[in-house]
Amino acid sequence: MTVAATKLRVEDKLFQNRYLVDPGRPHITVRPHEHPSANLRALTRICPAKCYELNDKGQVEIAADGCMECGTCRVLCEASGEVVWNYPRGGFGVLFKFG
Amino acid sequence: MSEEKFDAIVIGAGMAGNAAAYTMASRGLKVLQLERGEYPGSKNVQGAIMYANMLEKIIPDFRDDAPLERHLVEQRFWMMDDTSHVGIQYRSDDFNESRPERYTIIRAQFDRWFSRKVRAAGATVLCETTATELAHEGGKVIGVRTDRTGDIILADTVVLAEGANGLLGTRAGLRQTPTPESVALAVKEIHFLPEDVIDQRFGLHGNEGCVIEAAGTISRGMAGLAFLYTNKESISLGIGCLVSDFAATCESPYELLEAFKNHPSIKHLIAGTEVKEYAAHLIPEGGYKAIPALFGDGWVVVGDAAQLNNAVHREGSNLAMTSGRIAGEAIFDVKSRGGRMTKKNLALYKTMLDESFVIKDLKKYKDMPALLHTNSRNFFMTYPKLMSEASKNFMRVDGTPKIENERATTAAFIKARSRLGLVSDAVRLAFAWR
Ligand SMILES: Cc1cc2nc3c(=O)[nH]c(=O)nc-3n(C[C@H](O)[C@H](O)[C@H](O)COP(=O)(O)OP(=O)(O)OC[C@H]3O[C@@H](n4cnc5c(N)ncnc54)[C@H](O)[C@@H]3O)c2cc1C
Ligand code: SF4
Repeated sequence: MTVAATKLRVEDKLFQNRYLVDPGRPHITVRPHEHPSANLRALTRICPAKCYELNDKGQVEIAADGCMECGTCRVLCEASGEVVWNYPRGGFGVLFKFG
Repeated sequence: MSEEKFDAIVIGAGMAGNAAAYTMASRGLKVLQLERGEYPGSKNVQGAIMYANMLEKIIPDFRDDAPLERHLVEQRFWMMDDTSHVGIQYRSDDFNESRPERYTIIRAQFDRWFSRKVRAAGATVLCETTATELAHEGGKVIGVRTDRTGDIILADTVVLAEGANGLLGTRAGLRQTPTPESVALAVKEIHFLPEDVIDQRFGLHGNEGCVIEAAGTISRGMAGLAFLYTNKESISLGIGCLVSDFAATCESPYELLEAFKNHPSIKHLIAGTEVKEYAAHLIPEGGYKAIPALFGDGWVVVGDAAQLNNAVHREGSNLAMTSGRIAGEAIFDVKSRGGRMTKKNLALYKTMLDESFVIKDLKKYKDMPALLHTNSRNFFMTYPKLMSEASKNFMRVDGTPKIENERATTAAFIKARSRLGLVSDAVRLAFAWR
């Protein structure tokens, strides 16, 4: 059971979804940092779209293309200023067909 | 600054926003509604069970044309451990009534239908428009700015129906950003199957529906719940846990979802399905104690944005619809008496809401969030395991005398929680439930 779960690729799940990406206008950014806080690091595991990743220097980066705009990263990391969060421009971003 | 001024601007075309906009527009108020999605519902996620009574109070004949999936005749609650579940099941033919009280719905379709009613009632609905800022004058909200133009759109009142992660109200300092302890992150998938296969698997006929809500080791010690709801030709299923618990454990939501789908009690129910969407959304879980200020000079807040969500009963859409309707009625009332939209006059909204089931229910469970959150390991790990152990002991026929099985069960409970722990959990649960 656990084996199947860890093998799973979120990318394949997100592939089902519809998005209208707003090129060059990411709606979420991560503030440059030396060492990520525990919450920021946690996002590499708990962002449901796996938008957050650790680079080779041990810093957290975001690629928000698959973002489902849930707000989890905002709730965890906006107050500390580590994450700057906005909605995509009207009409852009994830488009749920069922929701 | 544009010349046109509205009686009310409603932010969001979800359950709460549509209820508010419909209520005001159908009473003749000049209403503008803004929705950031391409169409109403394109950003919204729900299980989804919709409660008829609360919609009937807004649109009495909704059954004539609303996109409804199945009406519910059966509900199962499952306490799950890694390989089994203990369940309570309630099914009644009484629910096959002419005006059923609960339906499953698909939000992207339902919200579009609701929005058509709002337009038909006379409101102006602008989609693909994100409200970016509340405009103030002398401490009073006088309108909003959007990402379309920099201009302020003026209104006497702004109804904040922006959902769990509403930015506008928090940015304007009208309420706090939700804390990780007060919101759950839920992930959800929709699985398609032919209608007759769903009927067979769940023992359903016609438009009958069945729902399963499950707790236990599936949330790996976090405070959480999973669900499986039958739609006409699809199954919605998902799992949600507190954001603070996710952050502490670093469990991944999609792995939890996969494990839930692969659980032996669930797997056969969704075998052979085609998955068509994967979604994620926050659910307010803070309850009564997390409700922010609900009104002020020129504004009110409704639905999830105001934390009006009953996590114990998994109800949110009906509280959203009801608070939206009541806000609309209160604004209409003030307006029709020639009153201004001051904080003092808009207090009527809160007075009316206090009288409704919305606040009464949330008040009833005011201590529940704290209890479940501080005790999550016991409620979501230890007890489900013990329940399943007890059931297994009860069911197995292997030559062990029954009295020994019973002693083993009792011993297991005491070993896991201690006598005092069991008593204290039971007492605290009873008090929080009161
Ligand atoms: C997985 C899951 C399962 C659930 N299951 C159930 C269930 O079975 N039964 C039930 O009753 N409840 C359920 N709920 C809760 C229910 O979905 C919510 O309580 C309900 O949707 C709240 O309605 P709302 O109108 O307040 O917010 P939403 O429905 O979230 O609507 C908010 C709207 O505002 C828009 N918006 C936000 N900001 C802006 C802006 N700045 N400008 C323009 N538009 C904006 C959004 O796009 C959205 O359309 C569930 C929730 C989840 C996540
Ligand atoms: S909003 Fe949700 S999906 Fe988007 S990046 Fe943040 S955590 Fe991930």
